[in-house]
Amino acid sequence: MDADELRQRVRQFLATHDPATTQRLTFLRARFDAGLAWISFPEGLGGLDAPRALQSIVDGEFAAAGAPDNDPLRIAIGLGMAAPTILRHGTDAQRHRYLRPLWTGEEVWCQLFSEPGAGSDLAALATRAVEDGDCWIVNGQKVWTSMAHAARFAILLARTDPDLPKHAGLTYFICDMHAPGVEVRPLRQITGEAEFNEVFLTDVRLPDSLRLGAVGEGWQVARTTLMNERVAIGGGAVPRESGMIGVVAGTWRDRPDLRTPAQLDTLMRLWVAAEAARLGAQRLREQLAAGQPGAEGSAAKYAYARLNAEISGFELEFLGAEGLRYEDYPMRRPSIVDWKQRPPGYRYLRAKGNAIEGGTSEILANIIAERVLGLPAEPRTDVTVPWKDLPR
Amino acid sequence: MTLLYSDVEEELRFSVRQLLAARAPHAAILRRMETDQPYDTALWRSLAADVGCAGFAVPEKFGGAGASWREVATVAEEFGRAVAPVPYLGAAMATAALLAAGDEDLLPAVAAGQTTAVLVLPFATPPGAPPPVTLTGVADALAADILLVPAQDALWAVEARDAGLTPVGSLDLTRPLADVALDDPPRRRIGDLRPALDAAYTTGAVLLASEQLGVAQWCLDTTVEYLKTRHQFGRPVGSFQALKHRLAELWVAITQARAVARYAAGCLADDDPDLPVAVALAQAHCGPVAVRAAEECVQLHGGIGFTWEYPAHLYLKRAKADAIALGTAERHRAALAALVGLDA
Repeated sequence: MDADELRQRVRQFLATHDPATTQRLTFLRARFDAGLAWISFPEGLGGLDAPRALQSIVDGEFAAAGAPDNDPLRIAIGLGMAAPTILRHGTDAQRHRYLRPLWTGEEVWCQLFSEPGAGSDLAALATRAVEDGDCWIVNGQKVWTSMAHAARFAILLARTDPDLPKHAGLTYFICDMHAPGVEVRPLRQITGEAEFNEVFLTDVRLPDSLRLGAVGEGWQVARTTLMNERVAIGGGAVPRESGMIGVVAGTWRDRPDLRTPAQLDTLMRLWVAAEAARLGAQRLREQLAAGQPGAEGSAAKYAYARLNAEISGFELEFLGAEGLRYEDYPMRRPSIVDWKQRPPGYRYLRAKGNAIEGGTSEILANIIAERVLGLPAEPRTDVTVPWKDLPR
Repeated sequence: MTLLYSDVEEELRFSVRQLLAARAPHAAILRRMETDQPYDTALWRSLAADVGCAGFAVPEKFGGAGASWREVATVAEEFGRAVAPVPYLGAAMATAALLAAGDEDLLPAVAAGQTTAVLVLPFATPPGAPPPVTLTGVADALAADILLVPAQDALWAVEARDAGLTPVGSLDLTRPLADVALDDPPRRRIGDLRPALDAAYTTGAVLLASEQLGVAQWCLDTTVEYLKTRHQFGRPVGSFQALKHRLAELWVAITQARAVARYAAGCLADDDPDLPVAVALAQAHCGPVAVRAAEECVQLHGGIGFTWEYPAHLYLKRAKADAIALGTAERHRAALAALVGLDA
């Protein structure tokens, strides 16, 4: 399947499904059924077994035709994490039940992984799933769950055997977010609003048909999920000054009254760092397209976390007295992170999360040091003892 | 424009690395650099003439290979990686000046690697500087057959033996500097000064960025390997997170430096309108990265890194000298600010 053939298929599809007159959901379902949703997926599951690198061509054709999209930011966790995991580890019945409404956005997904006591050390998690006939009874607390308040399903990692070492006693489930005993509470964050939730699971009964992968294989299944989280940089080339640096450069150009000579050199240090990171990411995309992947995706996240923190911090100081004002703390529930339209104080505070979410910068540095540079791991005392005997 | 290396560049890198490993191991560099023959002119002839480095960027009509500065930049990485005592940078800047002036007399011999012409420009000249008045602290002049000398709005060719060359004590002994004095020697006009000097400066800055990348990569690779084998407290010191995080951070910086250096080399090879930005960016980013890599290399090696015997100091001196050469990062940031519309 090459680019021309894909373009041809999209055009044929558009000839029979006019975006202007077809209802949005009908259009999206038909696009899925035509294999033009995620083209690298198998036929019958929204794809054509085509190379992933050609996805942007298909998306571009649809966008150019004014076709409705599936609101990818809203369903990012389903697309980026749940879907590849269901595809790889799910049964045929699970694939056919969940993937189509996931892709069309009819069913939003969230991720029940992190816990108050298990952040960077995810495998230490304590949420218990106990077998009861053909069901599992789940008890525990999850945290930092974006979209839990809108989600129909979740991917859930729970402990099924506390007598085994921590990685071996985990099992992976699909959690019905409408099941009795699932309680979602907003988690107010540093910016005053609540992008995320806490999820309390109290005697939640999940039928065994919701188990993803074998009992005790949860960690292996979760690795698929987490690998995909870090691969998802994707997209095409990003223009110069399109990130956080563009906002600050714009402020600099608009506000000659605030400039000082020393600040210009600070700004230029950040500008250079941002442009180097942009070209670095561009080269990384070229490497991936040329079939030379690696743990290098961690590098881009690591770089941007620091960069966003430094640039947003500079912006606030550059604004001086104006940087002291902030009127955006009232509690609300944003559905996406829209830092360009928000005040500089928000950018500064929200950027702090970049170095924590999706793997802290310290964990990413370990990944780079061990998987890219081949440096030895720290000696560990927690991997061979039963989970129940670990200090916590 | 691709930021990756072509197969041809990878092959070129391989053969140059092999040649340098065989002919200029660190022990040989250490022995040579305190003699009165600090440059390895025989090695340079092999690289310039046999490998063809001198002619890559020269069109075939002038006797060159008709490739581009992109290939020269790849080789410059290897020269940095080996801290090779060869005058490639001054020679490349002279070649760029000759190309800009359209000089047909010297180019064939220069491209063939038979004659080494070197541009006479103080090595620390910052971006946007006026043409030099005093010709002090010039890199690679000691290895030249022909000097290209700026004077009276023109560039002139002077036989090196007709010029007064005084070696000066240099921070970087693998690229020693010289003061150049001229007492009305026989000279031949090459062309107008400004375009020749601009082309030479731009080319030098692009190649220097790739050299800095090569310096940084050697420092990282060597430090990583050392930390895997060096044991203290009953374990490899490379297993301590405090050290791993520093190397991870350095690796990220070098990954970006590679993209930046490749972008600059690509812009030079393609004569891209973004070249001025690419050059200033490359010099603002790659110089500090190389210095940091070399400083980390010395520090993380501990005592052995502070000895004369171990080559870490060669890289520290090269990196620090390179960070001043053709203008410090701060001067390039200032140039960049003007180029991208960020005014003081």
